[in-house]
This record gives sequence, structure tokens and C-alpha cells, in this order.
Amino acid sequence: MNKARNNPLNMTLMHGALILYTIIALFPVFVILINSLKTRKAIFREPLALPSSDSFSLVGYQTVFKQGDFFLYMQNSLIVTVVSIFLVLLFGAMAAFALSEYRFKGNTLMGLYLALGIMIPIRIGTVAILEMMVATGLVNSLWALILVYTAQGLPLAVFILSEFMRQVSEDLKNAGRIDGLSEYTIFFRLVLPLVRPAMATVAVFNMIPIWNDLWFPLILAPAEEVKTLTLGSQVFIGQFVTDWNAVLSALSMAILPVLILYVIFSRQLIRGITSGAVK
Amino acid sequence: MQKPRIRWHIAVFLAPAVLVYSAIMIFPLFNTLRLALYSKVDQERIFVGLQNFKTLFMDPIWSEQFWNALGNNFWFFIIHMLVQNPIGIALAAILSHPRLRFAALYRSAIFIPTILSFVIVGFAWKLILSPIWGIAPSMLDAVGLKSLFAPWLGKEEYALTTLALISVWQFVGIPMMLIYAALLSIPEEILEAGEIDGITGASAFWKIKLPLILPSIGIISILTFVGNFNAFDLIYAAQGALAGPDFSTDILGTFMYRTFFGFQLQLGDPHMGSAIAGAMFAIILVGVCIYLWGIQTRMRRYQL
Repeated sequence: MNKARNNPLNMTLMHGALILYTIIALFPVFVILINSLKTRKAIFREPLALPSSDSFSLVGYQTVFKQGDFFLYMQNSLIVTVVSIFLVLLFGAMAAFALSEYRFKGNTLMGLYLALGIMIPIRIGTVAILEMMVATGLVNSLWALILVYTAQGLPLAVFILSEFMRQVSEDLKNAGRIDGLSEYTIFFRLVLPLVRPAMATVAVFNMIPIWNDLWFPLILAPAEEVKTLTLGSQVFIGQFVTDWNAVLSALSMAILPVLILYVIFSRQLIRGITSGAVK
Repeated sequence: MQKPRIRWHIAVFLAPAVLVYSAIMIFPLFNTLRLALYSKVDQERIFVGLQNFKTLFMDPIWSEQFWNALGNNFWFFIIHMLVQNPIGIALAAILSHPRLRFAALYRSAIFIPTILSFVIVGFAWKLILSPIWGIAPSMLDAVGLKSLFAPWLGKEEYALTTLALISVWQFVGIPMMLIYAALLSIPEEILEAGEIDGITGASAFWKIKLPLILPSIGIISILTFVGNFNAFDLIYAAQGALAGPDFSTDILGTFMYRTFFGFQLQLGDPHMGSAIAGAMFAIILVGVCIYLWGIQTRMRRYQL
């Protein structure tokens, strides 16, 4: 092995660069979290100090719980995210199976049609989407968001899942057919369990943009009872701009659920990205 | 001989996805483009042809805002290409070093900003850069550069660049991950062959690895392009719908939102909003076509 590839000086420089960038990446999050636990005075006097017994205070969180309906927002975000991802996976897997398993007229064309949406953002059609949601009475309901996110997630889901379904062994499916299983049973009982890792990748890819979206909640569902956490914290912070304790606490409340989900799913997410699922 | 029967299960498998996708994505897309050709006069929708586009590009009141937003959007994109992607590639190159310890830890930590919402990112940076709180000025003071501090988000000449850099901070994880994956997929034999020829270290990166990861750099560029010309959330969260100060951070997304939805005294106009959406669609389409025909086909030859 060549010396140049494990020179200790190079190693130190590399760690130095990575540590520096890690600090840049985490510093703002850290500052928000520690200051949300301090008194107003301490926030301004020593913004970089950790909360001590002297400066510790939960007054911001009290304001957040009194004034904002964060549990409702969180519940809305959870419903929208979970139902959308479920529909993306179910519909996406079904379509991916049809495209990868059967030969029929228009197969390639259908695949291309469904792939269009990978590159064209759904936001371009917002004006007509809003008009349609108003006409069907779905505006200000969680269903409006669920439908939009399902449509948004499908193209990439179909693309990734059909790549994976092509690798499922032909023999297994044919064995099922000889045993008299219907095509539906083959799909649900034989194929779906085998592509579970790919489904997890699709789910994690969709989770972050859906949870964090501000555009569609703002336009399709701005009413108080259907606000998502992202929109809810945006509106709350806008109202409490001068109450620094409340703003910092609201930001922390918005950061924590995502951080927890990330800690749980980060391995899946990173494996999904690095396994080349997006190539 | 058996007559061909209709295989209904194919239709059943395809139907839900095709229906939802067509109804919520494709149909509204074309409907929006169609609405751009109409206008509302006396509560009635009338066909005006390309009049809305003419107003958007020529009428001084509209065109000034449109070209401003478009120019800002290009600057936003250029900053991403010049700062985000090189940093992402550099981080990935370091992370992919075979004997680096804690690589997984660094990778997960650097990716954290990417999972946060624009609302959090926008407000968090607004607070940190705020002259009232003083974190940024006191940190600059600590390294003796206090004179460099300015209320960056509040100054017309810096605000857009600052926001673009905040967005870079947030999304650097994506190019890092994609390039990292591409670097890991380079076969060891190629690098060893290079070593035998005396190509190691930095020159191995420039001469062997970089040409091999060009297709991934192409993908990152087009993802950045589409993402930037579709951006809205960060500007809205940090500067509001008016994209202040004095529209200096206005990009196509915020301009479309204001036009279509109305803001404060300005009434919403869905038809002009659709026209702006049409312009965004055309820009994104041109970008995607350049990528597909110009870049991707030419890059094939580097693929392994």
C-alpha cells in the first residue's frame, strides 16, 4: 500500500476539516436548543452559555403550551405524513409491480408518463390544484394535503420500486402461479415482503419533504384545526416575534420530533441514499 | 388456440397510482398552463391568449418584478453551484477515505440541517444573525473581525446572498451523500492501477475519481436547479411574502405566491399567478432538457 494514502498529517487535516464543518452544521441547532431553556435575561447576556441552575427557565415552553396548539399540529402532521406515505407505498408498489412484471402494450409509455413527475415539481400546478380543492370542498382538510403528497411521492416511488421488483426471482412467482395463487396474492404475499428494504427507503425519502413542507399547508389548509406543525410553528413564531423565550421554545419543539425520527431512521436513510437508489 | 383475454389485474394494479397522479399532478399542471391564457373581467373568465405573458414580460409594473425575481433566482442558483456543490464534493472526498475513523458519525451529523424544516432554519439563522441578540457580532469580535459585521439579512445588497448561503448550509448534505455513494462505487482496482502509475492522493482525486463521478455531479446540478427554481419556503419563513428588504430577496416562488394569493393590499390574481407558474415550468423544462440531452448523453462514456 502506498504511503501517500495514509499519511498521518493528512489524516489530521481531514479530521480537522470534518470537525470544523460538523461544528458549522450543528452550532445553530445547539444555540437554539440551549437558549430555549434559559431566562430572558440569560438569553441576551450570555447566549453561548449552557443553562445553569441560575438561568434555567421553562417560561418559553409554558407560553407555547398555553398559546399554541402544538399537540394538535403535531397530530395533524403525523396523520398527513403517515397516511401519505402509506398511500405512496401501496399505490406505488402496485403500479411498479404492473410495470415490472407484465408485458403489455404501452408499458414503456406508461413508465415514462409516471416518471415525468420526478423532475417537474408539483408546485407549478398549485393554482389549478387550489381551484380543484375548492370545487370539491376538500380545501382546509387533511385530505387535500394527503392527496397532493401522494401524487408528489408516486413518480419516484414507482421508479425505485420497479427497479427493485425486477430483481425478484422469476421462479418464485411462477412457483406461486403453479400452486394456483392469484396475481394479487403473488403481489401481496410473495413480492411485497421481498422489496421491504426498498419500501423503507421510499418511505424515508418521502417523510422529510412532507413533514417539512410549508407551501401546500399554507395554501390548501391554513385553518387552525388542520395546521401542520411546520405551518403552526411558522404562524406562532410570526405572532410572538418579540417574545424570545416563546420563539426559541417553539423552534426547539419543532426540531425535536424531526431529530428523534432522524436518530431512529438515519441508518435507513443513509443506506438508501448510498445504495444508489436515486441514480 | 386461446383467444387473448383481457388481463384485468394489470389495470387494477395500475389504476390507483395513475388516477391519483393524473388527477392531482398532471391535470392541474396543464390546467394551470391553460388558466394562464385567461383573465377575469367583470367576474367573468375570458380568453385573452398570450396577453398575460405579454403583461408579465413587458408591462413596466410587472416586468420589473418578474425580471428582478428571475435574476435573483439565478444568483441563488449560482451561489448553490459555486458553494454548496464544491463543499459537498470535498466533504464526500474526505469521508470516502478508506481509513478514516468516525466517518459514519460525521456523515450523520453533517446531514442534520438537511432534515430540518425551512421554518426552523430560517428563524434560527435570523436570530443568530440578528444584531439584537448579538451572537454573530460577538463571535466576530472574538476573532477580531467585528468591523465586518452588518445586519446581513436586513441590507439589500447582502440579504439574498446571505439567504442563499443559509440554504447552502441546509442542503450541503445532499451532494455530500450522493457523491459519497458514487465515490464508494469506484472499483479499488482502478485506484490501484493508478497507484502503480504513480497517481496518488490529490492527483488521484482530480485525474481518476473526479471524471468517474461526473455523472453524479450532473445529477446534483439538475436537482439543485429544479430545487432552486421551485424554492419558496426559506425566503417566506425568513423574510415574509414581501421578500424584503425592498424585494431584494424576491425569487419566482415568492413572486408567484404573492401574485396568486394576494398579500396585504394586493388582491390575488390566479391568472397572472398561472402565467408566472408557466414561466417557471418553461425554465425548469429547459434546464431538464439541457441536462438530459446535453449533459447526460455526453457523460455516458465515463460510466463504468
